[in-house]
Amino acid sequence: MNLSAIRDDFPILKNNNVVYFDNAATAQRPVQVLKAIGDFYTTTNANPLRGLYAWSVGATDAYENARSRVARFINAADDAEIIFVRNTTEAINLAAYSYGMEKVNAGDEIVISVMEHHSNILPWQMVARAKKAVLKYIEPETDGTITVDMIKEAVTDKCAILALGQVSNVLGVANPVKEAARIAHEHGGVILVDGAQGLPHLKTDVQDMDCDFYAFSGHKLPGPMGIGALYGKRALLEAMQPFMRGGEMIEYVKRDSATYAELPHKFEAGTVNAADAVGLAAAIDYIDAIGYEAMEAQENAVTALILDGMRKLPHVHVYGPKDPLLHHGIVTFNIDGCHPHDIASVLDEENIAIRAGHHCAQPLMEYMQEKCAMEFRATARASVAFYNTEEEAERFVAAVSKVRKWLGFGD
Amino acid sequence: MEIKDLYREIVNEHNLYPVHKGEMEAPDLILEGVNPSCGDDIYLQLKLDENGVVTEGLFNGSGCAISQASTDMMLDLIIGRKKDEALKLAEGFMSMVRSTATPEQIEELDEAAALESIAHMPARVKCATLGWKTMQKMLSGEATPATTENE
Repeated sequence: MNLSAIRDDFPILKNNNVVYFDNAATAQRPVQVLKAIGDFYTTTNANPLRGLYAWSVGATDAYENARSRVARFINAADDAEIIFVRNTTEAINLAAYSYGMEKVNAGDEIVISVMEHHSNILPWQMVARAKKAVLKYIEPETDGTITVDMIKEAVTDKCAILALGQVSNVLGVANPVKEAARIAHEHGGVILVDGAQGLPHLKTDVQDMDCDFYAFSGHKLPGPMGIGALYGKRALLEAMQPFMRGGEMIEYVKRDSATYAELPHKFEAGTVNAADAVGLAAAIDYIDAIGYEAMEAQENAVTALILDGMRKLPHVHVYGPKDPLLHHGIVTFNIDGCHPHDIASVLDEENIAIRAGHHCAQPLMEYMQEKCAMEFRATARASVAFYNTEEEAERFVAAVSKVRKWLGFGD
Repeated sequence: MEIKDLYREIVNEHNLYPVHKGEMEAPDLILEGVNPSCGDDIYLQLKLDENGVVTEGLFNGSGCAISQASTDMMLDLIIGRKKDEALKLAEGFMSMVRSTATPEQIEELDEAAALESIAHMPARVKCATLGWKTMQKMLSGEATPATTENE
Protein backbone atom coordinates (compact mmCIF):
# COMPACT_ATOMS: atom_id res chain seq x y z
CA MET A 1 0.00 0.00 0.00
CA ASN A 2 1.39 3.37 -1.04
CA LEU A 3 0.31 5.57 1.83
CA SER A 4 1.34 8.90 0.33
CA ALA A 5 -0.50 8.11 -2.92
CA ILE A 6 -3.58 7.22 -0.88
CA ARG A 7 -3.41 10.44 1.11
CA ASP A 8 -3.19 12.34 -2.16
CA ASP A 9 -6.63 10.94 -2.97
CA PHE A 10 -8.15 12.73 0.03
CA PRO A 11 -8.33 16.48 -0.66
CA ILE A 12 -9.40 17.35 2.87
CA LEU A 13 -6.35 15.59 4.33
CA LYS A 14 -4.00 16.94 1.70
CA ASN A 15 -5.12 20.53 2.11
CA ASN A 16 -5.03 20.64 5.90
CA ASN A 17 -2.58 19.81 8.59
CA VAL A 18 -5.23 18.11 10.70
CA VAL A 19 -4.76 14.77 12.42
CA TYR A 20 -8.18 13.31 11.73
CA PHE A 21 -8.79 10.66 14.37
CA ASP A 22 -12.58 10.69 14.34
CA ASN A 23 -12.98 8.08 11.65
CA ALA A 24 -15.37 5.98 13.71
CA ALA A 25 -17.80 8.90 13.56
CA THR A 26 -17.38 9.43 9.85
CA ALA A 27 -14.55 8.75 7.42
CA GLN A 28 -13.12 11.18 4.89
CA ARG A 29 -13.85 10.59 1.22
CA PRO A 30 -11.38 10.13 -1.63
CA VAL A 31 -11.72 12.08 -4.90
CA GLN A 32 -12.89 8.91 -6.60
CA VAL A 33 -16.06 8.95 -4.49
CA LEU A 34 -16.60 12.68 -4.94
CA LYS A 35 -16.10 12.32 -8.69
CA ALA A 36 -18.55 9.42 -8.97
CA ILE A 37 -21.23 11.53 -7.29
CA GLY A 38 -20.40 14.52 -9.49
CA ASP A 39 -20.44 12.35 -12.61
CA PHE A 40 -23.87 11.01 -11.78
CA TYR A 41 -25.31 14.53 -11.55
CA THR A 42 -23.46 15.83 -14.59
CA THR A 43 -24.06 12.93 -16.95
CA THR A 44 -27.21 10.98 -16.16
CA ASN A 45 -29.22 12.70 -13.45
CA ALA A 46 -32.92 11.90 -13.57
CA ASN A 47 -35.37 10.19 -11.26
CA PRO A 48 -34.41 6.51 -11.36
CA LEU A 49 -36.88 3.66 -11.78
CA ARG A 50 -39.54 5.84 -13.40
CA GLY A 51 -38.66 7.64 -16.59
CA LEU A 52 -38.83 6.30 -20.10
CA TYR A 53 -35.95 8.29 -21.49
CA ALA A 54 -32.20 7.82 -21.65
CA TRP A 55 -31.12 9.75 -18.58
CA SER A 56 -33.62 8.03 -16.32
CA VAL A 57 -32.62 4.65 -17.72
CA GLY A 58 -28.98 5.62 -17.07
CA ALA A 59 -29.84 6.69 -13.52
CA THR A 60 -31.68 3.42 -12.94
CA ASP A 61 -28.72 1.41 -14.22
CA ALA A 62 -26.28 3.37 -12.08
CA TYR A 63 -28.45 2.84 -9.01
CA GLU A 64 -29.02 -0.87 -9.61
CA ASN A 65 -25.35 -1.44 -10.45
CA ALA A 66 -24.49 0.14 -7.12
CA ARG A 67 -26.81 -2.33 -5.45
CA SER A 68 -25.06 -5.24 -7.20
CA ARG A 69 -21.73 -3.82 -6.09
CA VAL A 70 -22.85 -3.79 -2.46
CA ALA A 71 -24.28 -7.32 -2.79
CA ARG A 72 -20.98 -8.63 -4.17
CA PHE A 73 -19.00 -6.76 -1.54
CA ILE A 74 -20.71 -8.44 1.40
CA ASN A 75 -21.45 -11.61 -0.59
CA ALA A 76 -25.23 -11.46 -0.49
CA ALA A 77 -26.80 -14.30 -2.45
CA ASP A 78 -29.07 -11.96 -4.35
CA ASP A 79 -29.03 -8.24 -5.27
CA ALA A 80 -32.64 -7.96 -4.10
CA GLU A 81 -31.46 -8.67 -0.55
CA ILE A 82 -29.81 -5.23 -0.42
CA ILE A 83 -32.18 -2.46 0.64
CA PHE A 84 -30.75 1.03 0.34
CA VAL A 85 -31.48 3.25 3.34
CA ARG A 86 -30.00 6.45 4.74
CA ASN A 87 -27.76 4.86 7.34
CA THR A 88 -27.38 2.08 9.90
CA THR A 89 -29.95 3.67 12.17
CA GLU A 90 -32.59 3.57 9.46
CA ALA A 91 -31.61 0.01 8.55
CA ILE A 92 -32.11 -1.21 12.12
CA ASN A 93 -35.36 0.71 12.43
CA LEU A 94 -36.58 -0.91 9.23
CA ALA A 95 -35.87 -4.34 10.70
CA ALA A 96 -37.42 -3.39 14.04
CA TYR A 97 -40.62 -2.01 12.54
CA SER A 98 -41.14 -4.44 9.67
CA TYR A 99 -39.81 -7.59 11.30
CA GLY A 100 -39.77 -6.95 15.07
CA MET A 101 -43.21 -5.38 15.37
CA GLU A 102 -44.71 -8.20 13.30
CA LYS A 103 -42.90 -11.26 14.60
CA VAL A 104 -42.12 -10.62 18.25
CA ASN A 105 -44.78 -11.83 20.70
CA ALA A 106 -45.52 -11.22 24.35
CA GLY A 107 -43.02 -13.01 26.55
CA ASP A 108 -40.42 -13.35 23.79
CA GLU A 109 -36.91 -12.13 24.43
CA ILE A 110 -34.87 -9.67 22.41
CA VAL A 111 -31.20 -10.02 23.29
CA ILE A 112 -28.70 -7.19 22.83
CA SER A 113 -25.53 -6.16 24.65
CA VAL A 114 -24.75 -3.25 26.96
CA MET A 115 -22.09 -2.25 24.45
CA GLU A 116 -24.53 -1.43 21.63
CA HIS A 117 -24.81 1.97 19.98
CA HIS A 118 -28.13 3.68 20.77
CA SER A 119 -29.28 2.86 17.25
CA ASN A 120 -29.15 -0.83 18.16
CA ILE A 121 -30.88 -0.27 21.51
CA LEU A 122 -33.75 2.17 21.03
CA PRO A 123 -35.55 0.32 18.20
CA TRP A 124 -35.53 -2.84 20.33
CA GLN A 125 -36.72 -0.97 23.42
CA MET A 126 -39.66 0.15 21.31
CA VAL A 127 -40.44 -3.36 20.04
CA ALA A 128 -40.10 -4.87 23.50
CA ARG A 129 -42.40 -2.27 25.03
CA ALA A 130 -45.01 -2.52 22.29
CA LYS A 131 -45.04 -6.32 22.15
CA LYS A 132 -44.58 -6.92 25.88
CA ALA A 133 -41.35 -8.75 25.16
CA VAL A 134 -38.29 -8.78 27.39
CA LEU A 135 -35.20 -6.78 26.40
CA LYS A 136 -32.25 -8.73 27.73
CA TYR A 137 -28.71 -7.37 27.94
CA ILE A 138 -25.46 -9.27 27.64
CA GLU A 139 -22.84 -7.65 29.88
CA PRO A 140 -19.35 -7.80 28.39
CA GLU A 141 -16.16 -8.14 30.37
CA THR A 142 -14.68 -4.77 31.35
CA ASP A 143 -12.43 -4.77 28.27
CA GLY A 144 -15.48 -5.25 26.04
CA THR A 145 -15.08 -8.95 25.37
CA ILE A 146 -18.28 -10.88 24.79
CA THR A 147 -17.60 -14.61 24.84
CA VAL A 148 -19.53 -17.32 23.05
CA ASP A 149 -20.51 -18.66 26.46
CA MET A 150 -22.07 -15.33 27.41
CA ILE A 151 -24.17 -15.47 24.26
CA LYS A 152 -25.14 -19.09 24.93
CA GLU A 153 -26.26 -18.15 28.39
CA ALA A 154 -28.35 -15.20 27.21
CA VAL A 155 -30.03 -16.82 24.21
CA THR A 156 -32.80 -19.26 25.05
CA ASP A 157 -35.76 -20.70 23.16
CA LYS A 158 -37.59 -17.48 24.04
CA CYS A 159 -35.15 -15.43 21.95
CA ALA A 160 -36.92 -13.95 18.94
CA ILE A 161 -34.15 -11.54 17.95
CA LEU A 162 -30.48 -11.28 18.84
CA ALA A 163 -29.04 -7.90 17.80
CA LEU A 164 -25.29 -7.40 18.15
CA GLY A 165 -22.70 -4.98 16.91
CA GLN A 166 -19.97 -6.50 14.74
CA VAL A 167 -17.44 -4.13 16.34
CA SER A 168 -18.02 -1.87 19.35
CA ASN A 169 -17.83 1.84 18.51
CA VAL A 170 -16.38 2.52 21.98
CA LEU A 171 -14.06 -0.35 22.83
CA GLY A 172 -13.27 -1.55 19.31
CA VAL A 173 -13.82 -5.19 20.18
CA ALA A 174 -15.24 -7.51 17.52
CA ASN A 175 -18.02 -9.77 18.71
CA PRO A 176 -18.19 -13.47 17.76
CA VAL A 177 -21.11 -12.82 15.41
CA LYS A 178 -20.80 -16.01 13.38
CA GLU A 179 -21.11 -18.14 16.52
CA ALA A 180 -23.86 -15.81 17.72
CA ALA A 181 -25.80 -16.47 14.50
CA ARG A 182 -25.51 -20.22 15.02
CA ILE A 183 -26.70 -19.92 18.62
CA ALA A 184 -29.66 -17.69 17.68
CA HIS A 185 -30.71 -20.12 14.96
CA GLU A 186 -30.41 -23.15 17.24
CA HIS A 187 -33.02 -21.50 19.43
CA GLY A 188 -35.30 -20.49 16.58
CA GLY A 189 -34.41 -16.78 16.67
CA VAL A 190 -32.97 -14.44 14.08
CA ILE A 191 -29.85 -12.32 14.34
CA LEU A 192 -29.26 -8.75 13.22
CA VAL A 193 -25.65 -7.64 13.02
CA ASP A 194 -24.94 -3.90 13.27
CA GLY A 195 -22.01 -3.55 10.90
CA ALA A 196 -21.55 0.22 11.17
CA GLN A 197 -18.12 -0.11 12.83
CA GLY A 198 -17.39 -3.56 11.47
CA LEU A 199 -17.51 -3.17 7.72
CA PRO A 200 -14.85 -0.42 7.56
CA HIS A 201 -12.37 -2.81 9.19
CA LEU A 202 -13.43 -6.40 8.60
CA LYS A 203 -13.94 -8.29 5.38
CA THR A 204 -17.54 -9.38 5.69
CA ASP A 205 -19.38 -12.27 4.11
CA VAL A 206 -23.02 -12.30 5.19
CA GLN A 207 -23.59 -15.84 3.92
CA ASP A 208 -20.62 -17.20 5.80
CA MET A 209 -21.66 -15.25 8.91
CA ASP A 210 -25.19 -16.56 8.31
CA CYS A 211 -26.76 -13.45 9.79
CA ASP A 212 -30.39 -12.75 8.96
CA PHE A 213 -29.97 -8.99 8.81
CA TYR A 214 -26.85 -6.88 8.41
CA ALA A 215 -26.96 -3.09 8.70
CA PHE A 216 -24.28 -0.60 7.68
CA SER A 217 -23.63 3.03 6.72
CA GLY A 218 -21.73 4.21 3.67
CA HIS A 219 -20.14 7.23 5.31
CA LYS A 220 -17.79 5.27 7.54
CA LEU A 221 -16.47 3.26 4.60
CA PRO A 222 -15.49 6.04 3.16
CA GLY A 223 -18.64 6.59 1.12
CA PRO A 224 -21.07 9.49 1.17
CA MET A 225 -23.33 10.48 4.06
CA GLY A 226 -26.99 9.65 3.63
CA ILE A 227 -26.63 6.19 2.13
CA GLY A 228 -26.41 2.82 3.81
CA ALA A 229 -27.96 -0.58 3.42
CA LEU A 230 -29.89 -3.28 5.16
CA TYR A 231 -29.09 -6.78 4.00
CA GLY A 232 -31.82 -9.29 4.78
CA LYS A 233 -32.28 -12.91 3.81
CA ARG A 234 -34.71 -13.02 0.94
CA ALA A 235 -37.30 -15.24 2.63
CA LEU A 236 -37.46 -12.90 5.62
CA LEU A 237 -37.71 -9.75 3.54
CA GLU A 238 -40.42 -11.31 1.35
CA ALA A 239 -42.55 -12.02 4.40
CA MET A 240 -42.17 -8.50 5.84
CA GLN A 241 -44.48 -5.53 5.40
CA PRO A 242 -43.07 -2.30 3.97
CA PHE A 243 -41.40 0.13 6.36
CA MET A 244 -42.49 3.32 4.59
CA ARG A 245 -45.22 3.73 2.06
CA GLY A 246 -45.47 6.01 -0.95
CA GLY A 247 -43.95 6.47 -4.35
CA GLU A 248 -42.30 3.72 -6.34
CA MET A 249 -42.83 0.89 -3.85
CA ILE A 250 -46.17 -0.29 -5.24
CA GLU A 251 -47.71 -2.46 -7.92
CA TYR A 252 -51.30 -1.24 -7.84
CA VAL A 253 -52.95 1.40 -5.74
CA LYS A 254 -56.70 1.69 -5.35
CA ARG A 255 -58.62 4.05 -3.14
CA ASP A 256 -58.66 1.67 -0.21
CA SER A 257 -55.82 -0.71 -0.86
CA ALA A 258 -52.48 -1.28 -2.50
CA THR A 259 -50.20 -4.09 -3.50
CA TYR A 260 -46.50 -3.65 -3.17
CA ALA A 261 -43.56 -3.88 -5.49
CA GLU A 262 -41.15 -6.80 -5.52
CA LEU A 263 -37.97 -6.76 -3.48
CA PRO A 264 -35.98 -4.65 -3.01
CA HIS A 265 -38.19 -1.75 -4.10
CA LYS A 266 -40.93 -2.66 -1.64
CA PHE A 267 -38.68 -1.15 1.02
CA GLU A 268 -37.50 1.91 -0.91
CA ALA A 269 -40.40 4.33 -0.89
CA GLY A 270 -39.99 7.72 -2.54
CA THR A 271 -37.22 9.06 -4.74
CA VAL A 272 -34.10 7.10 -3.95
CA ASN A 273 -30.64 8.47 -3.20
CA ALA A 274 -29.11 7.23 -6.42
CA ALA A 275 -26.15 9.60 -6.53
CA ASP A 276 -24.92 8.55 -3.10
CA ALA A 277 -25.53 4.89 -3.88
CA VAL A 278 -23.20 5.42 -6.83
CA GLY A 279 -20.76 7.14 -4.47
CA LEU A 280 -20.98 4.18 -2.10
CA ALA A 281 -20.17 1.79 -4.94
CA ALA A 282 -17.14 3.95 -5.75
CA ALA A 283 -16.04 3.79 -2.10
CA ILE A 284 -16.33 0.01 -2.22
CA ASP A 285 -14.27 -0.08 -5.42
CA TYR A 286 -11.72 2.12 -3.68
CA ILE A 287 -11.24 -0.04 -0.60
CA ASP A 288 -11.43 -3.23 -2.63
CA ALA A 289 -8.52 -1.99 -4.72
CA ILE A 290 -6.46 -1.40 -1.57
CA GLY A 291 -7.66 -4.58 0.09
CA TYR A 292 -8.66 -5.22 3.67
CA GLU A 293 -5.34 -6.84 4.50
CA ALA A 294 -3.38 -3.71 3.61
CA MET A 295 -5.89 -1.43 5.32
CA GLU A 296 -5.79 -3.50 8.50
CA ALA A 297 -2.01 -3.58 8.50
CA GLN A 298 -1.83 0.23 8.39
CA GLU A 299 -4.61 0.73 10.95
CA ASN A 300 -3.02 -1.78 13.29
CA ALA A 301 0.42 -0.20 13.00
CA VAL A 302 -0.95 3.25 13.85
CA THR A 303 -3.19 1.91 16.62
CA ALA A 304 -0.29 0.01 18.18
CA LEU A 305 1.83 3.17 18.22
CA ILE A 306 -0.95 5.13 19.91
CA LEU A 307 -1.59 2.42 22.49
CA ASP A 308 2.10 1.95 23.24
CA GLY A 309 2.64 5.68 23.61
CA MET A 310 -0.42 6.28 25.73
CA ARG A 311 0.20 3.38 28.08
CA LYS A 312 3.51 4.96 29.04
CA LEU A 313 1.85 8.23 30.03
CA PRO A 314 0.97 8.80 33.68
CA HIS A 315 -2.68 9.65 34.43
CA VAL A 316 -3.86 8.21 31.10
CA HIS A 317 -6.30 5.28 31.13
CA VAL A 318 -6.93 3.34 27.94
CA TYR A 319 -9.98 1.09 27.77
CA GLY A 320 -10.56 -2.06 25.75
CA PRO A 321 -8.35 -5.10 25.14
CA LYS A 322 -4.60 -5.15 25.74
CA ASP A 323 -3.84 -6.38 22.23
CA PRO A 324 -3.84 -3.52 19.66
CA LEU A 325 -5.01 -5.97 16.99
CA LEU A 326 -8.32 -6.30 18.83
CA HIS A 327 -9.06 -2.55 18.76
CA HIS A 328 -10.04 -2.14 15.10
CA GLY A 329 -8.56 1.33 15.11
CA ILE A 330 -10.47 2.53 18.18
CA VAL A 331 -8.63 3.92 21.21
CA THR A 332 -10.93 5.07 23.98
CA PHE A 333 -9.31 6.78 26.95
CA ASN A 334 -9.54 9.16 29.85
CA ILE A 335 -7.06 11.38 31.63
CA ASP A 336 -7.25 11.88 35.41
CA GLY A 337 -9.01 15.08 36.34
CA CYS A 338 -9.77 16.02 32.74
CA HIS A 339 -13.26 15.90 31.32
CA PRO A 340 -13.26 14.33 27.83
CA HIS A 341 -14.80 17.47 26.33
CA ASP A 342 -11.96 19.58 27.67
CA ILE A 343 -9.48 17.06 26.25
CA ALA A 344 -11.10 17.29 22.82
CA SER A 345 -11.17 21.10 22.96
CA VAL A 346 -7.47 21.53 23.73
CA LEU A 347 -6.51 18.86 21.17
CA ASP A 348 -8.59 20.71 18.58
CA GLU A 349 -6.29 23.67 19.04
CA GLU A 350 -3.42 21.32 18.15
CA ASN A 351 -5.32 20.43 14.95
CA ILE A 352 -6.20 17.01 16.26
CA ALA A 353 -9.80 15.89 15.81
CA ILE A 354 -11.20 13.29 18.20
CA ARG A 355 -14.61 12.43 19.61
CA ALA A 356 -15.48 12.92 23.26
CA GLY A 357 -18.63 12.22 25.20
CA HIS A 358 -20.90 9.22 25.51
CA HIS A 359 -20.47 7.99 21.90
CA CYS A 360 -24.21 7.24 21.64
CA ALA A 361 -23.60 4.42 24.09
CA GLN A 362 -24.91 5.71 27.41
CA PRO A 363 -25.67 2.28 28.91
CA LEU A 364 -22.05 1.31 28.25
CA MET A 365 -20.77 4.57 29.78
CA GLU A 366 -22.81 3.87 32.90
CA TYR A 367 -21.47 0.31 32.99
CA MET A 368 -17.87 1.46 32.50
CA GLN A 369 -18.18 4.22 35.05
CA GLU A 370 -19.04 1.59 37.60
CA LYS A 371 -16.76 -1.26 36.47
CA CYS A 372 -13.73 0.77 35.38
CA ALA A 373 -14.06 3.46 38.07
CA MET A 374 -14.38 6.24 35.53
CA GLU A 375 -14.43 9.76 36.90
CA PHE A 376 -16.94 11.03 34.35
CA ARG A 377 -19.67 9.21 32.50
CA ALA A 378 -17.88 9.94 29.25
CA THR A 379 -14.64 9.13 27.45
CA ALA A 380 -12.39 10.54 24.76
CA ARG A 381 -11.93 8.44 21.63
CA ALA A 382 -9.34 8.46 18.88
CA SER A 383 -10.26 6.31 15.89
CA VAL A 384 -7.92 5.42 13.09
CA ALA A 385 -8.49 4.72 9.40
CA PHE A 386 -6.20 3.18 6.79
CA TYR A 387 -5.06 6.62 5.59
CA ASN A 388 -3.71 7.68 8.98
CA THR A 389 0.04 7.72 9.45
CA GLU A 390 2.57 6.76 12.10
CA GLU A 391 3.60 10.43 12.31
CA GLU A 392 0.04 11.36 13.17
CA ALA A 393 0.08 8.78 15.95
CA GLU A 394 3.24 10.37 17.35
CA ARG A 395 1.79 13.87 17.10
CA PHE A 396 -1.29 12.66 18.90
CA VAL A 397 0.56 10.95 21.76
CA ALA A 398 2.80 14.01 22.22
CA ALA A 399 -0.27 16.25 22.48
CA VAL A 400 -2.04 13.90 24.88
CA SER A 401 1.00 14.02 27.15
CA LYS A 402 0.47 17.79 27.53
CA VAL A 403 -3.27 17.82 28.16
CA ARG A 404 -2.99 17.85 31.95
CA LYS A 405 -0.62 20.78 31.82
CA TRP A 406 -2.99 22.71 29.54
CA LEU A 407 -5.82 22.01 31.96
CA GLY A 408 -3.92 23.48 34.84
CA PHE A 409 -2.32 20.52 36.59
CA GLY A 410 1.16 21.08 37.92
CA ASP A 411 2.68 17.79 36.77
CA MET B 1 -9.14 34.01 22.55
CA GLU B 2 -7.46 30.69 21.87
CA ILE B 3 -8.99 27.97 23.97
CA LYS B 4 -5.77 27.00 25.75
CA ASP B 5 -5.35 30.63 26.81
CA LEU B 6 -8.92 30.68 28.02
CA TYR B 7 -8.25 27.63 30.15
CA ARG B 8 -4.96 29.00 31.43
CA GLU B 9 -6.19 32.48 32.25
CA ILE B 10 -9.46 31.70 33.93
CA VAL B 11 -11.12 28.32 33.48
CA ASN B 12 -8.51 26.09 35.13
CA GLU B 13 -8.42 28.19 38.29
CA HIS B 14 -12.17 28.06 38.83
CA ASN B 15 -12.36 24.41 37.80
CA LEU B 16 -9.54 23.11 39.98
CA TYR B 17 -10.03 25.48 42.91
CA PRO B 18 -13.71 26.44 42.90
CA VAL B 19 -14.79 28.88 45.58
CA HIS B 20 -18.45 27.98 45.60
CA LYS B 21 -18.42 24.21 45.32
CA GLY B 22 -19.87 22.15 48.11
CA GLU B 23 -22.87 20.93 49.97
CA MET B 24 -25.24 23.41 51.62
CA GLU B 25 -27.24 22.71 54.72
CA ALA B 26 -30.92 23.49 54.26
CA PRO B 27 -30.88 25.48 51.01
CA ASP B 28 -34.02 27.40 50.10
CA LEU B 29 -33.78 26.29 46.50
CA ILE B 30 -32.06 23.36 44.88
CA LEU B 31 -32.11 22.31 41.26
CA GLU B 32 -30.24 19.81 39.14
CA GLY B 33 -28.92 20.92 35.76
CA VAL B 34 -27.97 18.29 33.21
CA ASN B 35 -26.28 18.31 29.81
CA PRO B 36 -27.13 14.84 28.56
CA SER B 37 -24.80 15.17 25.59
CA CYS B 38 -21.76 15.81 27.82
CA GLY B 39 -22.71 14.03 30.98
CA ASP B 40 -22.41 17.34 32.86
CA ASP B 41 -24.55 17.01 35.94
CA ILE B 42 -24.54 19.75 38.52
CA TYR B 43 -26.91 20.89 41.21
CA LEU B 44 -27.22 24.37 42.39
CA GLN B 45 -28.20 25.33 45.95
CA LEU B 46 -29.28 28.84 46.91
CA LYS B 47 -30.41 30.69 50.00
CA LEU B 48 -32.47 33.85 49.64
CA ASP B 49 -33.45 36.36 52.32
CA GLU B 50 -36.87 37.98 52.72
CA ASN B 51 -35.94 40.72 50.22
CA GLY B 52 -35.13 38.22 47.50
CA VAL B 53 -31.38 38.70 47.85
CA VAL B 54 -29.20 35.65 47.17
CA THR B 55 -27.33 35.32 50.43
CA GLU B 56 -25.59 32.01 49.83
CA GLY B 57 -24.88 29.86 46.80
CA LEU B 58 -23.08 26.57 46.23
CA PHE B 59 -22.92 24.05 43.39
CA ASN B 60 -21.97 20.40 43.37
CA GLY B 61 -21.74 17.58 40.86
CA SER B 62 -19.44 16.73 38.02
CA GLY B 63 -18.82 18.13 34.60
CA CYS B 64 -16.27 19.59 32.26
CA ALA B 65 -14.00 22.45 33.24
CA ILE B 66 -16.05 24.99 31.30
CA SER B 67 -19.33 24.10 33.01
CA GLN B 68 -17.72 23.98 36.46
CA ALA B 69 -15.78 27.21 36.03
CA SER B 70 -18.72 29.03 34.50
CA THR B 71 -20.98 28.04 37.40
CA ASP B 72 -18.36 29.08 39.94
CA MET B 73 -17.94 32.49 38.30
CA MET B 74 -21.69 32.90 38.12
CA LEU B 75 -22.04 32.33 41.85
CA ASP B 76 -19.28 34.91 42.43
CA LEU B 77 -21.48 37.38 40.59
CA ILE B 78 -24.93 36.66 41.96
CA ILE B 79 -24.26 36.18 45.66
CA GLY B 80 -25.34 39.37 47.35
CA ARG B 81 -27.58 40.43 44.50
CA LYS B 82 -31.34 40.54 44.20
CA LYS B 83 -33.20 37.92 42.23
CA ASP B 84 -34.06 40.23 39.31
CA GLU B 85 -30.47 41.47 39.09
CA ALA B 86 -29.24 37.89 38.91
CA LEU B 87 -31.77 37.13 36.17
CA LYS B 88 -30.64 40.20 34.25
CA LEU B 89 -27.04 38.98 34.43
CA ALA B 90 -28.16 35.59 33.16
CA GLU B 91 -29.84 37.27 30.24
CA GLY B 92 -26.62 39.12 29.52
CA PHE B 93 -24.60 35.91 29.67
CA MET B 94 -26.97 34.14 27.27
CA SER B 95 -26.72 37.08 24.88
CA MET B 96 -22.94 37.03 25.16
CA VAL B 97 -22.62 33.38 24.11
CA ARG B 98 -24.93 34.09 21.18
CA SER B 99 -22.74 37.10 20.23
CA THR B 100 -25.63 39.52 20.68
CA ALA B 101 -24.68 41.18 23.98
CA THR B 102 -24.12 44.92 24.34
CA PRO B 103 -20.74 46.11 25.68
CA GLU B 104 -22.54 47.11 28.91
CA GLN B 105 -23.96 43.62 29.35
CA ILE B 106 -20.51 42.10 28.86
CA GLU B 107 -18.94 44.53 31.29
CA GLU B 108 -21.46 43.63 33.97
CA LEU B 109 -20.43 40.00 33.68
CA ASP B 110 -17.02 40.85 35.07
CA GLU B 111 -14.79 37.75 35.10
CA ALA B 112 -17.46 35.63 33.42
CA ALA B 113 -17.05 37.84 30.35
CA ALA B 114 -13.88 35.84 29.66
CA LEU B 115 -16.15 33.14 28.29
CA GLU B 116 -17.20 35.40 25.43
CA SER B 117 -15.11 33.40 22.96
CA ILE B 118 -17.20 30.31 23.73
CA ALA B 119 -19.67 31.77 21.24
CA HIS B 120 -17.29 30.55 18.53
CA MET B 121 -17.29 27.01 19.91
CA PRO B 122 -20.85 25.82 19.43
CA ALA B 123 -20.11 22.45 21.00
CA ARG B 124 -19.12 24.10 24.26
CA VAL B 125 -21.85 26.74 24.57
CA LYS B 126 -24.08 24.30 26.45
CA CYS B 127 -21.29 23.67 28.95
CA ALA B 128 -20.88 27.38 29.64
CA THR B 129 -24.59 28.02 30.04
CA LEU B 130 -25.51 25.04 32.22
CA GLY B 131 -25.14 26.79 35.58
CA TRP B 132 -26.74 29.98 34.30
CA LYS B 133 -29.76 28.17 32.86
CA THR B 134 -30.20 26.24 36.08
CA MET B 135 -30.10 29.50 38.06
CA GLN B 136 -32.62 31.12 35.68
CA LYS B 137 -35.03 28.26 36.22
CA MET B 138 -34.61 28.41 39.98
CA LEU B 139 -35.17 32.11 40.31
CA SER B 140 -38.08 32.23 37.90
CA GLY B 141 -39.93 29.76 40.06
CA GLU B 142 -39.32 26.51 38.23
CA ALA B 143 -37.17 25.07 40.96
CA THR B 144 -38.50 22.46 43.24
CA PRO B 145 -37.92 23.44 46.86
CA ALA B 146 -35.22 21.32 48.42
CA THR B 147 -37.62 19.42 50.61
CA THR B 148 -39.83 18.24 47.77
CA GLU B 149 -36.84 17.28 45.64
CA ASN B 150 -35.67 14.94 48.38
CA GLU B 151 -38.99 13.21 48.79
